[in-house]
Amino acid sequence: MKETDPYLAKFDELIAPTAGRHPSWVFPLRKAGIARFAELGFPTLKDEDWRFTNVAPLAKLPFKPVFGANTDGVAAKAPGRFTFADLNGPRLVFVDGHFAKEVSTIPSLAKGLKLGSLATAVVSDSAFLEKHLGRYVGTEKNAFASLNTAFFQDGAFIHVPADVAVREPIQLLFISTVRETGATTHPRNLIIAEKQSRLTVIESYVRTVDASYFTNAVTELVVGDDAVVEHVKFQDESREAFHIATVHGQFGRHSRVNAHSFALGARLSRNSIHVNLAGEGLECILNGLYLTKGEQLADHHMIVEHARPHCASHEYFNGILDDKSKGVFHGRILVQQVAQKTDAKQTNKNILLSDEAAVDTKPQLEIYADDVKCTHGATVGQLDDDAIYYLRSRGIGLETARQMLIHAFAGEIIDRVKCDPAREELDKLVWERLEANPHVAEKR
Amino acid sequence: MSQPILEIKNLHAGVEGKQILKGVDLTINAGEVHAIMGPNGSGKSTLAAVLAGRDGYEVAEGQVLYCGKDLLEMDPEERAREGVFLAFQYPIEIPGVNTTYFLKAALNEIRKHKGLSELDAVEFIELVKEKMKILHLPEDCLKRSVNDGFSGGEKKRNEIFQMAVLEPKLAILDETDSGLDIDALKVVSEGVNKLKRPDNAQFVITHYQRLLNYIIPDYVHVLFDGRVVKSGGKELALELEERGYESLVGHELQPA
Ligand SMILES: Nc1ncnc2c1ncn2[C@@H]1O[C@H](COP(=O)(O)OP(=O)(O)OP(=O)(O)O)[C@@H](O)[C@H]1O
Ligand SMILES: [Mg+2]
Repeated sequence: MKETDPYLAKFDELIAPTAGRHPSWVFPLRKAGIARFAELGFPTLKDEDWRFTNVAPLAKLPFKPVFGANTDGVAAKAPGRFTFADLNGPRLVFVDGHFAKEVSTIPSLAKGLKLGSLATAVVSDSAFLEKHLGRYVGTEKNAFASLNTAFFQDGAFIHVPADVAVREPIQLLFISTVRETGATTHPRNLIIAEKQSRLTVIESYVRTVDASYFTNAVTELVVGDDAVVEHVKFQDESREAFHIATVHGQFGRHSRVNAHSFALGARLSRNSIHVNLAGEGLECILNGLYLTKGEQLADHHMIVEHARPHCASHEYFNGILDDKSKGVFHGRILVQQVAQKTDAKQTNKNILLSDEAAVDTKPQLEIYADDVKCTHGATVGQLDDDAIYYLRSRGIGLETARQMLIHAFAGEIIDRVKCDPAREELDKLVWERLEANPHVAEKR
Repeated sequence: MSQPILEIKNLHAGVEGKQILKGVDLTINAGEVHAIMGPNGSGKSTLAAVLAGRDGYEVAEGQVLYCGKDLLEMDPEERAREGVFLAFQYPIEIPGVNTTYFLKAALNEIRKHKGLSELDAVEFIELVKEKMKILHLPEDCLKRSVNDGFSGGEKKRNEIFQMAVLEPKLAILDETDSGLDIDALKVVSEGVNKLKRPDNAQFVITHYQRLLNYIIPDYVHVLFDGRVVKSGGKELALELEERGYESLVGHELQPA
């Protein structure tokens, strides 16, 4: 039996019977997804894009896609107890991948702004979604995005019309509540910000259980000309869980996009972020922080594709790794021949709090244009001894000195979040996590 | 006479297996300003580092008493809390750590150690404003990360500003004059002079007699190849400036 067989069987059992359902374009999309997944199979360490991240433990899990969700338990507890609970603004809550209307908050919206369940929109906005859903994310080489396309149940659909500025951040809260090992959800988001619009989206993945479930998410983020968009992805899954996410961005002329990734949870997490800089003169910042301990692995795999001239892309990723945990950063920058005057910058910095923690970091530049500025740098190390000495020489204790420096290191990333309440909350949360870590203060 | 602030006795110290200080003797009393001069590599910064407690410096022999206590036994933060302050020759940049936050934390550690109440944000800002005037430090420096992107001169001024806030008993200034223009030199020296009190002491490391026109030392010492080879009054600095180290001490010593 092949590793993918149970997935195909589940598809035949659960998805195929829905083939006749309206709208008719959906099933072929799913079918193409499962076919692609069957062809690709799970990636292995031989796969260049997965050299440092072994998904064998994930492939071995029983595959139990979750259909339907019980939101009772969550309604009582959630969403008040999760990160960003105090933020004002619309909040869509998804329980095990299904929209939970009762616990969501959708205040009256700006004219023309659409915000709600993707499953609903597939029917109600069929023509529009047919044009966009799955048209951006490359499933060609991405087995997990293909699998998501085959099985997705729900997620968010956000459509901001041209010239509309959405003032408050929109929260998408994905809560895992299923205890069953191998329980799998396929959140699927489609976010479209038309030209000259403004939007902040906070997409967070949290849980109520410490189980070995699998979240396989895909987000397509389409940003029109002159639009200003901030996307914050926050992942705080169970330490037993697997979290694989693909974020695909397509950005228009003169747009300004800040996309952040905060990876705190999961036994194994992978963020595949592929942005296509498809319009001239745009600026995009990809910014991320991963904190790992125990045997966690946090992987960020970036593809920044400069397809037009005069674009700037800046990637900043910092990792703080403890115990036997591992960080992976693979940053590919692809500059097409037409993309003259490209300014691409990439940095990946890591602090190891334990001798057993490790990082694999790999830049990959493919440049076909001649007039470009491309820089990259990676560091892996301990805290700066000179800085610690300087702080101590002023009376600050060793413990506090170490905490200050680690906080500063995380702060470099957190400070780039423009949405004030989100930034403050992240700062508080990361600080709490770090303070709870005995190795942060310890002298090594 | 009361107890000296600092007594260095036959101090031998080195780093990474290299012997640098080869028997330093020096006593500093309350109310005094001492200057130490010496050629590049003679061990001035090493002496400062040993006094401040930098990691990696091995003391092979000798003793350092600070107000009668064994200084070398203390952690760097303990020394600072007891009133030792080193103005660094090369202040360290610490991106991401806000200057105000850092300095308030430092001051409150020292106050706690002395049994004083901690200052709250408002009280601290008031104190800082007052001290800023002494150093003519741009206010913006306080909002920035510690020394991050500061010019050479700003860094040096920031060191003395910290000294003004922390009010040490023993201030060691390692080439605070280097990298300062004439005007800044005046401002900084005036700042240092204002911080002088009968119950504290200043230990000034410099290459140039120029600084000593502003900060007038009671004693000048010449450090040469890890030893104090000559001590005298402020006129010794002038003599050094005129004749150079070699002619002054060269005939007395074989260079290392
Ligand atoms: N970490 C180290 N490893 C090896 N040698 C060192 C180290 N630090 C200092 N030294 C050496 O010790 C000697 C004394 O250095 P130190 O910095 O104390 O001199 P200094 O008198 O302050 O000189 P300058 O006037 O140039 O500041 C020099 O020869 C220097 O190269
Ligand atoms: Mg020196």
